[in-house]
Amino acid sequence: MSHDALLVLKNVSKSFGPVTVIDDVTVEVRAGQVSVLLGENGAGKSTLIKMIAGVHEPDSGQILLDGSPVKIPDTKASEALGIATIHQELNLVPSMSIAENITLGRVPRRFGIINRRAMRQIAREALDKLGLNLDVDTKVGELGLAQQQLVEIAKALSLDARVLVLDEPTAALTKAEIAHLFAVVRSLKTQGVGMVFISHHLDEIAEIGDFVNVLRDGKFIATVPADTEENELVRLMVGRDIDEQFPRVAQEPGSQPLLSVQNLSEGMLQNVSLSVRPGEVVALAGLMGAGRTELIRAIAGADKYSSGTVLVSGKKLPSFDVAAATRAGVGHVPEDRKTQGLVLDASVAENIGYATMAATSRGGLVDRKGQRERAQQVAERLRIRMGSIDAPIRSLSGGNQQKAVFGRWFTAGAKVLLLDEPTRGVDVGAKVEIYELINEITASGGCVLMASSELPEVLGMSDRVLVMSQGRIAGEIPTAQATQDSIMALAVSNVHRENEMEEN
Amino acid sequence: MSSTAIAPKKGFDVKAFLANNGALVGLVVLCLALFIATPRFLTGPNLLNIGIQVSTIAVMAYGMTFVIVAAGIDLSVGSVAALSAMASSYWITTAGLPDALSIPVGLAVGAACGWVTGAMSAYGKLPTFISSLAMLTVVRGLTLVISDGRPISTGASVSWLGGDLGVVPVPIIILVVSGLIAAFVLNRTVIGKNAFAVGGNTEAARLSGIPVKRVLVTVFVISGVFAALSGMILAGRLDSAQPTLASGYELDAIAAVVIGGASLSGGVGRISGTLIGALVLAVIRNGLNLLSVSAFWQQVVIGAVIAIAVGFDVLRRKNVRH
Repeated sequence: MSHDALLVLKNVSKSFGPVTVIDDVTVEVRAGQVSVLLGENGAGKSTLIKMIAGVHEPDSGQILLDGSPVKIPDTKASEALGIATIHQELNLVPSMSIAENITLGRVPRRFGIINRRAMRQIAREALDKLGLNLDVDTKVGELGLAQQQLVEIAKALSLDARVLVLDEPTAALTKAEIAHLFAVVRSLKTQGVGMVFISHHLDEIAEIGDFVNVLRDGKFIATVPADTEENELVRLMVGRDIDEQFPRVAQEPGSQPLLSVQNLSEGMLQNVSLSVRPGEVVALAGLMGAGRTELIRAIAGADKYSSGTVLVSGKKLPSFDVAAATRAGVGHVPEDRKTQGLVLDASVAENIGYATMAATSRGGLVDRKGQRERAQQVAERLRIRMGSIDAPIRSLSGGNQQKAVFGRWFTAGAKVLLLDEPTRGVDVGAKVEIYELINEITASGGCVLMASSELPEVLGMSDRVLVMSQGRIAGEIPTAQATQDSIMALAVSNVHRENEMEEN
Repeated sequence: MSSTAIAPKKGFDVKAFLANNGALVGLVVLCLALFIATPRFLTGPNLLNIGIQVSTIAVMAYGMTFVIVAAGIDLSVGSVAALSAMASSYWITTAGLPDALSIPVGLAVGAACGWVTGAMSAYGKLPTFISSLAMLTVVRGLTLVISDGRPISTGASVSWLGGDLGVVPVPIIILVVSGLIAAFVLNRTVIGKNAFAVGGNTEAARLSGIPVKRVLVTVFVISGVFAALSGMILAGRLDSAQPTLASGYELDAIAAVVIGGASLSGGVGRISGTLIGALVLAVIRNGLNLLSVSAFWQQVVIGAVIAIAVGFDVLRRKNVRH
């Protein structure tokens, strides 16, 4: 053990019932360094950081802080020891100001009355440490996600945190915001804060990390330097070589469009037209807020549109009618599987069966046997790893949950798949499996329209790229000729100005 | 469907059974305690009495279970029970129409009330708490209007609902039969499974093509029908429909569903649990009566029991879900 180890988890294990999720793992956090925790979903990363945060206590093993063993029975204890965890879901009150949030639970008081001046002072000092120039009276709800995250980090530091756990902090940030976050992380390194960093983006590891602890199936695999090659990291993480990260098998597309959208307008969407032919994967790229999700949802029938037409195999779909779209062979894998894709209390079989439940019922009775059989078949085909088909879907890992949403539409025989960030929060192994599903759909004559913020995925898995900007299609590039730069150039192009010039 | 953990199927896991059936265990303990405390508890007449007492609340709570599973709440059931009972009695006694139709008329009135409540929430976007609160008042008002504030005698068929079939009281038969039907509809039919999906995650259900609005209206119609049945049993026992019939019963029905393990945030609930919840309430009332505890103190005890029962359930779920 190195002498500058701040926090050490030594030979810790944790089981939930019969399932061992952490098996004799030893990792350390060093002062002034970023320790990356790498592993697929279900590898045990979150359980490990929950031990540090005081949510779970290890069944065996020790937690050492500055070399002496400590117990962290609850989150309060963790906070008292100077440990702070920044989760993806932020712990801020949107309706309260930055200053109120930073001093939440320890509001400075004088004669029992809130001392607003001292409160602002504490908040301003905390923001200064991060080089953040924000008005401390701003309501947190008015800030963007990236700034909220920084406020939460500021709050942690004002509590004298020495160990900072960052759980996928970059998942929802833009490139510029990530750069800002990393600048803050670097400055915290010089201040001696020890950090644990979790990310599914391998390219970020070399950029910000110092060393990498790799976990697989709850076991410790290796500690390697952060500049280790990505392929090697993947191999350590998955336990086998992944030949190709993007195994796209292009098809000869059919001649007639399977999905066609004509002059669709609603809210921010303006005159969007596109068509996707059988066998094709068309990617929708663009900045956050460019209207990709809105477009996908409108086509799927999830939202209303005021004008325009959506045709599937030449037949018009009614607006705002998911059931009609489903009957026409449209499947929609929404942006956020937890809030939009799955009923977490229900079983795997039920979740897979929702789109087909009514159609396969007899006299209003659910065909439970058939539903389970169909779900079992599709689960095997999609290699969904689960306890059983009757297990609650919440017990599955993120990647397997996502595959279950795909399974719903496979079972329904969907020909047109609308994917919105299909691999968000999915680990490398499951990602490739999802890509293979995309290949399978196009090979069998279906088509895919995929909104994605990950340019490597866009470039690796599509045949054509449509770039959206401010609710319009700003341009189209065949994927073979597309580069990250050419896509970004279109994504930031100001469509309005171009049009004005044409009109003049 | 339940919120139970994935348990390995190795024989009978006593601990898991106890943890997952807290209300049932509570009920058994309660019965044992009363059996020891008073000899009058475990007698035929007393048990039949409990059965009759429980039937009205349980039948109402069966319908409420559908609404709560779909993440709604129905505060109007007490009033709907009264209006339905009143309408079925008015039908024969005041209007002089055929008695054979009086029960169907009562059920139809219940269904119509449920439809209005459901439609207000599904299409008018009112929270179910508000739409059903509005209906609680409106429907009670209509009951008073129809009856002019006076009781109306029931017809023969509604009175039969409160009578006996041989030695068995008809309310107990209805309690069992309607419970089986409710459990079947909730667990085996598309209507029931849709209610679970909508209550568990409305957006996911909608994006899967489930007609969320229709599901919401349907669960309220079901709740209305069960409330009507419950109201007619009550009226049948008294041989008259009172304008204040079943007032405040909605709270007992909700309590029964919640004690039975349903979650007010939707997606979780069982008819068997609801029956147990209703039994817990009825047995406590009966026991306190046998022990001559004053009616005022009974209210205190019932409130405490609701808090304790649901508190245990919350704790259990926290442990299961880690």
